[in-house]
Amino acid sequence: MCHKKSMTETMTVFNRAAVRRHRDRAAPLLGDHDFLFAEVADRLADRLDDITREFPLSLDLGCRTGGLGGVLGGRGAVKTLIQADLSLAMAGRARGNDRPALVADEETLPFGTATFDAVLSNLSLHWVNDLPGALIQIRHALKPDGLFLASVFGGDTLKELRACLYDAEIAIEGGLSPRFSPLIDVRDMGNLLQRAGFALPVVDAEQITVSYDNPLKLMHDLRNMGEANANKDRRPGFSRRATLLKACELYLEKFAGPDGRIPATFDILTVTAWAPDPSQQKPMQPGSAQSSLAEALGTDEIPGGEKAGSD
Amino acid sequence: MNTESHAVDPKLLEILVCPLTKGPLEYDRESQELISRKAGLAYPIRDGIPIMLADEARELSGSTNTEN
Repeated sequence: MCHKKSMTETMTVFNRAAVRRHRDRAAPLLGDHDFLFAEVADRLADRLDDITREFPLSLDLGCRTGGLGGVLGGRGAVKTLIQADLSLAMAGRARGNDRPALVADEETLPFGTATFDAVLSNLSLHWVNDLPGALIQIRHALKPDGLFLASVFGGDTLKELRACLYDAEIAIEGGLSPRFSPLIDVRDMGNLLQRAGFALPVVDAEQITVSYDNPLKLMHDLRNMGEANANKDRRPGFSRRATLLKACELYLEKFAGPDGRIPATFDILTVTAWAPDPSQQKPMQPGSAQSSLAEALGTDEIPGGEKAGSD
Repeated sequence: MNTESHAVDPKLLEILVCPLTKGPLEYDRESQELISRKAGLAYPIRDGIPIMLADEARELSGSTNTEN
């Protein structure tokens, strides 16, 4: 591949039409399978509570059926919550009194600069092809000193299922195809936020372990959460039955507890970052210090050009 | 049909821009569309929900695309 081309074109990993289809299909059933989204929405709302400020006009990006709006509704910091999802079926269910909804793509946001006091997103940015681009657009949509508060799936998410599917696919089909969304770790996320021009980015990780009856139940749940595989280069058609059965067998063999149930790890990163504003704390200009470090430490200052410890 | 619940929220009309050009939109109440002259596209509104996706938008006939 031409090097220059690969540098200038955004890598397309996901089939966004498939992401949309999966969400459309999951929308009517999500209520029975949304416990993870609900749990993390609660935690996000707690984070917002901890920030003692008001965010009158906020955006929920990737709102699904409006779970986050429901949690925030009673809490008062957000007066108007605009809810956006890639799926019309999801947006339709999210729409309610005083909670307008629209269909939008995280990769091309339909909002002008300095629109929102806060942009919130609950576990919805992992199917975005151009995450740096999406983050830049989010920052532009924020007013100065506006808050970006999001939860995203981290790199250890579904590590058990991932390992078993990989092993099973190699054993049965003799090769690998992309099955999972490439996920991000704490450090990469921090770097991306900084490169997108956010101030004071903080990223932390926590793990939620969910116990399932069996691996098929887990896979069934993921599909009904709208989280089926949307990799662009996935093999067409359904996964081979033999591969799935092998993966289930490996999962039970390696991870089942004494009660026969299996754990599934969800690695949740929580991101807080702010659109820059002159009022925010900043590092001082280099050379602007009024007293020397050597003085404060009670040692001799070694002039520039000479190395400590050299003769 | 309850037209009230199917009307697009005025707050959305205030803040939405064309996702491609980030330019202004005109609200066509009659056809329930948000029109971006600059992109030459009309974004549909279904049951009060604007669909701000270029691949769901209708191309405006006879418009010259002046996006440069």
